[in-house]
Amino acid sequence: MQAIQDYLAMGGYAAFVWPCFAATLIVMIGLYVASKQRLTKLQSEVAALEALDSPRQARRRSSSEETR
Amino acid sequence: MNTFLAVLRRDLRLALRRSGDLATVVLFFILTASLFPFGVGPDPNLLARMAPGIVWVTALLAVLLSLERIFLADYEDGSLELLRISPVSLELVVLAKITAHWLTTGLPLTTAAPILAILFNLPSEALPTLLLTLLIGTPTLSLVGAVGAALTLGARRGGVLIPLLVLPLNVPVLIFGTGAVDAAISGFPAQANLALLGAVGALMLFVGPVAAAAAVRQAVE
Amino acid sequence: MSETTSTAPQAIAPKRSFHYFANPARFVRVADAVYPWCFYAALICLGVGFYTALFVAPADYQQGETVRIMYVHVPAAWMAMFIYANMALASASLLIWRHPLAGAFAKAAAPIGAAFTFLALFTGAFWGKPMWGAWWVWDARLTSVLILFFIYLGHIALVDAFDNPDRGQKAAAVLCLVGAVNLPIIKFSVDWWNTLHQPASITKLGTPSIHSSMLWPLLIMAIGYMLFFACLAIIRTKSELLAAKQRSLSLRALHAGGGD
Repeated sequence: MQAIQDYLAMGGYAAFVWPCFAATLIVMIGLYVASKQRLTKLQSEVAALEALDSPRQARRRSSSEETR
Repeated sequence: MNTFLAVLRRDLRLALRRSGDLATVVLFFILTASLFPFGVGPDPNLLARMAPGIVWVTALLAVLLSLERIFLADYEDGSLELLRISPVSLELVVLAKITAHWLTTGLPLTTAAPILAILFNLPSEALPTLLLTLLIGTPTLSLVGAVGAALTLGARRGGVLIPLLVLPLNVPVLIFGTGAVDAAISGFPAQANLALLGAVGALMLFVGPVAAAAAVRQAVE
Repeated sequence: MSETTSTAPQAIAPKRSFHYFANPARFVRVADAVYPWCFYAALICLGVGFYTALFVAPADYQQGETVRIMYVHVPAAWMAMFIYANMALASASLLIWRHPLAGAFAKAAAPIGAAFTFLALFTGAFWGKPMWGAWWVWDARLTSVLILFFIYLGHIALVDAFDNPDRGQKAAAVLCLVGAVNLPIIKFSVDWWNTLHQPASITKLGTPSIHSSMLWPLLIMAIGYMLFFACLAIIRTKSELLAAKQRSLSLRALHAGGGD
């Protein structure tokens, strides 16, 4: 028990060592989760748009010359 | 060379027609600097010590204030697009516009600087160095600033963006400019700082117009 | 369907030559294959790195336990510079060869670089407080990193400032290259300024002769950071490519809807 307390105290520097490691972990995990969430969201949105788009493909292709 | 002079003359004429803008920049420079004694107290020694930094920082901010006008009007009325498709080199045109900007901001600021030197008790032997640093350094501010101004053409909140892009890049000018004056105040030779200031300016003389012209091409593409 | 590439830039200039890996579709295929390896390698390296940094590495005889901050501070500072160099290369290839992938990568990497720069500053402050007695001193290295952080923020603001995302990426690329030219000058000027103004009493942090028992956890940590960056860059670049595709698809849907 004493050993753990000594360890956590970091030789009196606990207030400096732990925030550094905590900030690093929070920023890294936060960045990862945010990036991953955005990717998943975009993937589902693009899939939905593609599903919407595919029936129109044939029509759009044939009339693409006039619409441009 | 003819195009350079033509663009320069045109921009100067436009700037002089709106000479209110020009006066605003100089007034801003003097007004902002004269706020400092209210912030730090009127102690003459302290103010003399801070003078180079205050003059340089406020000069930097004053230049910032006027950067948007280098390209914005020409961008909005379409003349920038005409300049782009014309056969003359866009880099040269941009350099002419930067020169016009310096002549209507950097130069007036330099001539106004002695007023601040008096207000701040700057030792008179350091005044020539201060003016020399402004003369060498403010063109660099215009060169770097033109890149920021060109990059933000057509951007949302373009005016607010320019400082964010330009200020970090101006740190070397600030350091060498104030360093030279500091050296002159304490009686050391200022050549090293002046030479470095000149070197930064020479580099930006190449980088600035090329980058600003690239940004202008993107903006009117 | 063969049109899995980002269609927005192609709509402007349909015929462009791509370097082999700059083809977005090919990038996505390669990245998807590499990603799991990167992810688990990053996890292992960071796990081992954090464990050794906190439990195995010895305390410094001068700095005591605070030396453990080095294991998160130094790699973050390395990454801040490494990512900027990557962005500069990508920006150059966007402007020279007009690779849309390079623009997407630079845009994706900037927030990661800014995050690591922030971490370097944060941990630097928390290391400086017990060592220097102040949260912030205008130390040459910290000051340079602070300016790098500002440049990152400018890049992030500029890339998002345009209604046309293509223009944003190109403008940011010019900024990134101008910054890359300026950064060595800024670094030099800040060092110069610091030696002029430095009070003699300040003890310098870091760069002592590092003992090997400290070096290898540091290297593992740095490799972990690097792999972590690779994972994030893959995820975020894919997001940027998808966002471009989403824009063109929804434009097309709008167009088709209006035509009916």
